[in-house]
Amino acid sequence: MTTQDNRISIWSIGSNLSTGMEDGFEGDPQLLCEHKHDGDVLDLQFLDQDRIVTASSTGAVTIFRHHQNSQTISVSQLWARAHRYPCDNAPCTGVVCSSPEIVTVGEDGRIVVFRADQEGVVRVIENADSSTIHAVTYLRTTEILTVNSIGQLKLWDFRQQSNSPSQILSLSGDRVPLHCVDRHPNQQHIVATGGQDGMLCVWDVRQGNTPFSLMEAHTAEMWEVHFHPTNPDHLFTCSEDGSLLHWETSSHSDMPSFLQGGRNSSMVSRSAMAPAGGKQPLISAWLSGDSSKGRLETTHMLPSQTLSVNSLDVLGPCLVCGTDGEAIFVNRQVPV
Amino acid sequence: MEEVDVEPTITNIPAISDGKHMGFAWGPGDILVYETRYKASGASGSGCSFIHEIRKDEDIYSPILRKLFNESHHIFVGLQTIREDLPSKSKKPQFVSISKNYRSVIRACMEELQQVAVSTKNTELATQCGNQVSILLAIELIWNLCEVLFIDAAPAGSLLLHLLDWVRLHKADVDEKAREVLQSESPAEHRDYWDVVVSYVLQGRLEEVRQMLVKQANLQPAARSMYKQMDTLLSKMPFYNPGGTQTLTEFDVKWRHWHEEVDRCLQDNSFASNRHLELICKILLGDEDTLLDHKELLGTWYHFLVTRLLFCHPTVKLTELHYYAQSCMTMFLDSRSVPEPLDNILLAAFEFDIHQVIKECSIALNNWWFVAHLTDLLDHCKLLQSHNLHFGSNLREFLLLEYASGLFTHHSLWQLAVDYFDHCPEFGRVYLELQIERVPLETERKALKVLRVCEQRQMSEQVRSICKIMAMRALRNNRLGSALSWSIRAKDAAFATLISERFLQDYCAKGTFSDLDLIDNLGPAMLLSDRLTFLGKYREFHKLYGEKRFREAAKLLLSLMTAKIAPQSFWMTLLTDALPLLEQKEVIFTADQTYELMFCLEELTSSLNITASSTDRPMQVCMSSHGLIPFHTIRLKAL
Repeated sequence: MTTQDNRISIWSIGSNLSTGMEDGFEGDPQLLCEHKHDGDVLDLQFLDQDRIVTASSTGAVTIFRHHQNSQTISVSQLWARAHRYPCDNAPCTGVVCSSPEIVTVGEDGRIVVFRADQEGVVRVIENADSSTIHAVTYLRTTEILTVNSIGQLKLWDFRQQSNSPSQILSLSGDRVPLHCVDRHPNQQHIVATGGQDGMLCVWDVRQGNTPFSLMEAHTAEMWEVHFHPTNPDHLFTCSEDGSLLHWETSSHSDMPSFLQGGRNSSMVSRSAMAPAGGKQPLISAWLSGDSSKGRLETTHMLPSQTLSVNSLDVLGPCLVCGTDGEAIFVNRQVPV
Repeated sequence: MEEVDVEPTITNIPAISDGKHMGFAWGPGDILVYETRYKASGASGSGCSFIHEIRKDEDIYSPILRKLFNESHHIFVGLQTIREDLPSKSKKPQFVSISKNYRSVIRACMEELQQVAVSTKNTELATQCGNQVSILLAIELIWNLCEVLFIDAAPAGSLLLHLLDWVRLHKADVDEKAREVLQSESPAEHRDYWDVVVSYVLQGRLEEVRQMLVKQANLQPAARSMYKQMDTLLSKMPFYNPGGTQTLTEFDVKWRHWHEEVDRCLQDNSFASNRHLELICKILLGDEDTLLDHKELLGTWYHFLVTRLLFCHPTVKLTELHYYAQSCMTMFLDSRSVPEPLDNILLAAFEFDIHQVIKECSIALNNWWFVAHLTDLLDHCKLLQSHNLHFGSNLREFLLLEYASGLFTHHSLWQLAVDYFDHCPEFGRVYLELQIERVPLETERKALKVLRVCEQRQMSEQVRSICKIMAMRALRNNRLGSALSWSIRAKDAAFATLISERFLQDYCAKGTFSDLDLIDNLGPAMLLSDRLTFLGKYREFHKLYGEKRFREAAKLLLSLMTAKIAPQSFWMTLLTDALPLLEQKEVIFTADQTYELMFCLEELTSSLNITASSTDRPMQVCMSSHGLIPFHTIRLKAL
């Protein structure tokens, strides 16, 4: 009924860091090309240099190809009803790629594996979840992690043929829906999630099934969480409350923090238990759980009073995010 | 009933044939119209089976104008948060700056539209953009004037300077022409040269006039002294300096002296030999007839007004403006031409009739954006008398509500509308409550955003309603976990019960539980409803049984019945579940527990309508406890 013309667009934000000590917002991004998109784009990821995969609210998964020479975009491949109900569409809520493999999840609780350039579906895990799966990420090349709307983090091992998760982790207490998940780039057992209550949780998937630390981050749903790909002491989160936070932790200390114990009063966090193995190398500061001892800094990255920040991405010193005010913010000089 | 201000516009619906009656229904931003079978005369025939949607405001779907809505929303919210308790002296510059922000947003949109209009190959798009540009131009013109007259409200002296700026800003063609002339080989001989010079004079840009005249003077060495004289006159014209030490009276005296000097030059026929210079001299004296001779250069009556004031009465006060405005308009427009809506609006502004300005703008424009924001700003400046309208709220609120309601129909801009409703103290909340339930919820994410809006404003009814819609949808698609998650959010015990019933039905039908990941991990949500608690506990019983912890399993099973957690309809199943426990070699149930079991069974059978006959498989219940109680056999008729 309403005319929705959603599009997928490619913009250029100018050359690599030029001179200028001003605040990172130099010049407007230029629109290079765009293409119509059926339904809302709920998730988006680059498959490789030229191809982008999108997850649509119609349940479709599409691969778009960006032709650099002619600056055009065309549809390279489309799986129209990747996620569906028996007689209705089910939005596809998340997509993650490890070329040529693509994994998608949706409101129908299915996990679907595709291969770019291959027509059909490679594998489907039917009824993987009885509630909506909100996000997916790779843990290892053959393992993925999903989060759902009853607050569970599930590990799936593709080497196994069964349709059940190899591990389920969740917060004891309220079943707060989880909306986003991201894995530490270097240390594959560290995972961060964010959910409806705006809490940032850091998990160690090897140990136990409860999060290692909880931090009050936002006052409303946290939509996305990203570790910085090359500098993982930095973490970024964005939320419905209109803020984008930059978390910075320092990873050196005299005494391994897990031996310090104790809890602090200002932030909700659980002190780490000494691991059973005894002697352990210095673990990442993300798992210290003790955030008030000057080891965790948080900065707001946006001017106040924006509507919800729905999505963000970071690469090198560049940070980009989009808001419900139909605006895109680009910061070219993020201190990482 | 109020009388109508203007005749309503008629829109023809081409697809509906002549003579047919139409039926209609109002929508949030449009009208749905259909053809009825009824015919005024003759037999009624079959008609067209389409439903037509008629929408007045197309602007919200324009991709470029959307920026206007988004940016102005940002400014609007900032304006509402200006502290009320500050003295008005310090607030005025803030209001002026906010007004300028609004205007710069309008200008930015105009530029973009202009670019599209020029560069596109699609003629329809070009015309559309062109139209939008002219509308925005008019809007900015009006807004600018309102800023000068109402918000800035400068005293005499500064007022004229602001009006001059206003006119200059909206007459860009002079600079274009000047550029053309100056870039030519011999500017002084260009055919538009004198037009440019005169235009500059009319705008009071005397520096530029002098620069231009130098070129002409160089061509005519014989008339050098005349040009020198004119140059002197132009250089000596006093302009009021608001930041300076000179008072208004001093300026006025100085200006009169200069005016007399120019008059002397004219009377002396100093410029008689050069008609152009004489013309300039007459303009400098503010001679009406001369000014009116140059209508094409002036272009508009308000330019005429400002020019006349510049050269006749530069110390004009705000309150004196309307005398001049009306007369200028009359003089400028012939008796034949009818004033356009824009003219009436500007005249109303000069006459300080704010309400008239707003009213005329509301009629002339098809979108409430302009009047809503301008009125809100003027209201903050305390310029609107509280003028209660017939329909309950004041003018500012009425316009904001109309504007926001229009926004709400848009699939993305509805979020902006929420903030507008928030700042309408009387009816905003009611409007929001009605509108928010009608936002289409295609994805869960959208539903979550809508819910967040409702929860932040304690709209619990709407929260429940939306959660129920989403839960029902999930249930229909057999997504029991999602459905449960929605009922938890709404704290909807009744729905949680419904979902648990579904689970239990599934169990009875299939013999196993589906969605174990959900039931096993209910957590405190289990307490939301009794049925849900039972479900959780029942599953726990199965787990205990599976782990061979029979004593605990038995205890749990019994408590489900004795504590009345289990619905009676399920007791049969529970008792059947008890059988294998009773049949174990090892004694599991204590004596007391056994009695309780029997009691439950009796309670069950007595409350059931047992129909006679139909032999069923007898059920052997073996109970023993420390060998003291003999075996009992109970015949049950399974239903």
